[in-house]
Amino acid sequence: MLNFFQLIIIYAGIYALMAIGQNCITGYTGMLSLCHAGFFCIGSYVTAILCKTFGLSFWLTIPVAAIAAGFVGFLIGVPTLRLKGDYLCIATLGLGEIIRNIATNLNPVGYQAIPRASLFGYEFSARGKWQFIALVWVFVLVFYFLFQRLAHSRIGRALNAVREDEIAAQSNGINVTKYKIGSFTLGAAVGGVAGCFMAAYTATVNPGTFTFMVSVMVLCMVVLGGMGNGKGVILGAFIIQFISYFPQLFGLSSIIPAQAQQIIYGLILVVMMIWRPQGLLGRDKFRYGIEKRRLAIPHKGARKEGGRA
Amino acid sequence: MTLPADLCLNEFNPYNGGTPVNTFTVYMQYIINGLTLGSIYALIALGYTMVYGILKFINFAHGDVLMVGAYIGLLTYQALLGDSTSASWMMLAFLIALVVSALLCALLGMFIERVAYKPLRNANRLAPLLSAIGVSFILSNGAAWVFGTQSRRFPYPFANNPISILGVTITPHQILIVIVAVVMMVALTFFVNRTRMGKAMRATSLDQGTSELMGINVNRVISLTFAIGSALAAVGGILASFDFRVYPSMGTMTGLKAFVAAVIGGIGNISGAMLGGVLLGILESVGAPLLHIPNAMKDTIAFAVLIIILLVKPDGILGKNEKEKV
Repeated sequence: MLNFFQLIIIYAGIYALMAIGQNCITGYTGMLSLCHAGFFCIGSYVTAILCKTFGLSFWLTIPVAAIAAGFVGFLIGVPTLRLKGDYLCIATLGLGEIIRNIATNLNPVGYQAIPRASLFGYEFSARGKWQFIALVWVFVLVFYFLFQRLAHSRIGRALNAVREDEIAAQSNGINVTKYKIGSFTLGAAVGGVAGCFMAAYTATVNPGTFTFMVSVMVLCMVVLGGMGNGKGVILGAFIIQFISYFPQLFGLSSIIPAQAQQIIYGLILVVMMIWRPQGLLGRDKFRYGIEKRRLAIPHKGARKEGGRA
Repeated sequence: MTLPADLCLNEFNPYNGGTPVNTFTVYMQYIINGLTLGSIYALIALGYTMVYGILKFINFAHGDVLMVGAYIGLLTYQALLGDSTSASWMMLAFLIALVVSALLCALLGMFIERVAYKPLRNANRLAPLLSAIGVSFILSNGAAWVFGTQSRRFPYPFANNPISILGVTITPHQILIVIVAVVMMVALTFFVNRTRMGKAMRATSLDQGTSELMGINVNRVISLTFAIGSALAAVGGILASFDFRVYPSMGTMTGLKAFVAAVIGGIGNISGAMLGGVLLGILESVGAPLLHIPNAMKDTIAFAVLIIILLVKPDGILGKNEKEKV
């Protein structure tokens, strides 16, 4: 039981990283991308190949994976981000599949026995779950704070402006294309970093794991928690991971079919869109002008939130 | 999502037993195969394009409606046929299965619209798209749950002996596919251009608000659009399953390609969807051997075409040159 909870926490951490990246793309900038599994795949493969074939240390592969995934994101982004939301969605879906196709063609069975990450002589193996939890969640927290700062910076406000109204944003001097591509690249890079941890934890990579379902799952986390809300996204990762391990956790895997969790993801998307499109925790609202002044006086809680914007 | 290796699209004519005579014949063969494939794409693309024309959003679940249609068709056909081997009853049973599947899918399409899209009609653009992805997931995994993940063969309702014309092999099922597709497309064109309801449909796609003021029941038009689109998808699904078999994730790739076809022709444009479908079918069938693309990468062609079209002429071949306000 404890083992399972530890597993959920580890996977929630890895997927939270992915979801933070997806949140940057979908939540902040309002672009619906469906190829996060592709970036995840690139990250995993970079770690696998560099660690195994070139004998590099795990820590060095993280920046390489981030750059590789970010670069692919950039390459994909330049032509496709000029497209409208729904076209972008299809184009990224296709590209996610292409990345997986290429990975399958590269090596259909993937890589096994990838060297573990080690720090000051301590090796993070699959057995030391608490240590791995610490490793992953340190990164999640670092990225959470980085993206929290980004969201409240000038760049974050520009991204929000792009999301709300491209024409208005452009007429206020925001280079829409530049910010869209930037946000896409950044989100892709974080997806790549998540891939490193997946490879480090399972010590195997296999093209079969990076399906479209993973992209939808990550999207589900973002939608469930609240698009554009950092905390919400991490909460979403926890809930979705809990749902996917629920049958094993309570020994119900013989009763509940494997498809049930995917059906639940679908239901989450539909139900959330109809009844609570802002997600469980809602969007981080930026308050300016009148609203800010009004909020600054009476509510203490709101003041903190408002003051930040 | 994953296509089993032996079901890769484009392996369209397994009946070409004879050795190819010359390059011209070989390419004629590819074009004929592409034409068949393309008419299926065209049927499915019509559903995308009609919904896009009216609601301006991509009905992601369309591909999965196609899959449901194929399953309904297969089950109806098998139930009707029983042990009978009479040739005329086989053909009749097939046609009945086609109609039953189209009707049930029309109801399914209307139901999906009512439940998942109607409440979001005034929401932002992302909302119906996400909802559609959800519906697609529910349908494909629900089918995997109910019918199992193994693929099933759709039996030919006739003896499928290939006919050879000038060295080009044509099978009766290819002829059937093209005939059914052409009949459906002609009927649709007549409906949209010549009937009162079709006129209402065209008006709604031009301007919803004004049509409502002119006394058009917009909700009914939208319902009808989904019904027609889904019925066409069901027919397309059954035709496609002759070659690709029936399995729960069959709709995803076929649906995506049909969408690409709709974009090529100009999304929102009915004759564009037909043209785009046929073009994409031929491009895929001819392009792979021409460019020496390995089998596993064939699906890449459609997406490469999509990106090129969107960069060069985003309105598609027959699309109205609508200036985008960006």
